[in-house]
Amino acid sequence: MKYKSVFDIIGPVMIGPSSSHTAGAARIGKAARNLFGQEPKWAKIHLYESFAKTYKGHGTDFALVGGLLGYEADDKRISQSLATAKELNLDIEFIEDSAAVDHPNTARLIIGNETGSLELVGISIGGGKVEITELNGFELRLSGNHPAILIMHNDRFGAIASVTRILAKHEINIGHMEVNRKDVGKEALMVIEVDQNLEDTILKELNSADHIIQIAKIDS
Amino acid sequence: MFRTVKELVEIAETEEIQLSEVMIRQEMDVKDTTREVVYEEMEKNLQVMEKAIEDALQGVQSVTGLTGGDAVLIQKYMKEKKPLSGNLMLDAVSKAMGTNEVNAAMGTICATPTAGSAGCVPGALFAVKEQLNPTREQMIRFLFTAGAFGFVVANNAFISGAAGGCQAEVGSAGAMASAAIVEMAGGTPQQSADAFAITLKNMLGLVCDPVAGLVEVPCVKRNAAGSSLAIVSADMALAGVTSRIPCDEVIGAMYRIGKQMPSSLRETGEGGLADTPTGRLLKEKIFGMSV
Repeated sequence: MKYKSVFDIIGPVMIGPSSSHTAGAARIGKAARNLFGQEPKWAKIHLYESFAKTYKGHGTDFALVGGLLGYEADDKRISQSLATAKELNLDIEFIEDSAAVDHPNTARLIIGNETGSLELVGISIGGGKVEITELNGFELRLSGNHPAILIMHNDRFGAIASVTRILAKHEINIGHMEVNRKDVGKEALMVIEVDQNLEDTILKELNSADHIIQIAKIDS
Repeated sequence: MFRTVKELVEIAETEEIQLSEVMIRQEMDVKDTTREVVYEEMEKNLQVMEKAIEDALQGVQSVTGLTGGDAVLIQKYMKEKKPLSGNLMLDAVSKAMGTNEVNAAMGTICATPTAGSAGCVPGALFAVKEQLNPTREQMIRFLFTAGAFGFVVANNAFISGAAGGCQAEVGSAGAMASAAIVEMAGGTPQQSADAFAITLKNMLGLVCDPVAGLVEVPCVKRNAAGSSLAIVSADMALAGVTSRIPCDEVIGAMYRIGKQMPSSLRETGEGGLADTPTGRLLKEKIFGMSV
């Protein structure tokens, strides 16, 4: 079941005009920023189908950028986000992409700065609820119903053990876990769904574990 | 956890509790939290709805100028004339439209279940409130009952116009409101289900065709239809009228109809009213480009 809480239906409290095209878009932008973990300097945003056709009317553009600036869906600053981005020298490009996608409300965000970049695909499934379906070329299958940790790491022995050891130490239970890699010994992604939201201190500890490149959490 | 309206109603009947109580208990269970916490969160949503209506009745205008001010116009008409459809009905219409006028003006609203359909449930609630004089707790329960039905729709069909057309948004929202009115008015769980089914049946096939892709025309007025139909269906169910097609099968029909809708009629702003001469002209005027 995609929707678990009554507050997915009655809620979220948000700035208008569209839950999927505004609130959901802000949440996708925010997820990209959180996963990037740094201040982005540029963003290329591909929009597909309904997102591509109606983004100006729905304010999908300023909602996505608001999310990239770290705003929540009910933050009144969202309406000024395009101007704010300009002031901050955050370079934004929107691309209306006609490629076929599985969901009508799909956005692909490629964001970066001088030290690195991140590519993420998010879909807005209705009522403000979103799913992240792809990260840096890796397909994700996150339910979104539990907090999750996404860990980019090098495909070396001991990388997974070093992460699970830390979680065990803090008595964090793993509900679901997936590991994907591009090639032997190359970049890999661990996706771990846990039962409770993680404190930042635990994330810092995970970040310093062996072979870890980048780490981010998604709270439920 | 209930997956269908049938299961929802069965739980309420077996345990002899209200539908809202089934939803509250499930939420406490899923979030592993107390009744107080769940109540408090819903109370916040209720306050946002209340504030949006308050703002709307002061008069708001969207940036494009396409919508705004109609809620005020209707309230004025109610005071000065004798409305044919009655004050309660028009009050719901005014408050539903007002909520969506605030939404279009980029004000703060509570998505119920979506932003485009956010007026139906509060419009109906704050109108029937005048006649039923509910306690604050009953008003919060109204939202849990509406949420319980929306929860089933979201998990078995869809609640977004891009996925299933306006029937999935205003159709669901109006139907959710019907079910909640019945509970507040003292009806049975099955009567709530019948009211829900009657509203959704009458919304089947409704497409999502926003002019210029904006959540303004026809969205604001469709909320008027959603909230008023909600009250009519609730009255029908309370009178003992039942739905020949069971609620879950109506939701199934809504899902299949949505699947058959072309993308031009699912929130792309390409078909229907968006593709009328005036609709195209408005788009050109607003975005300053030919289409």
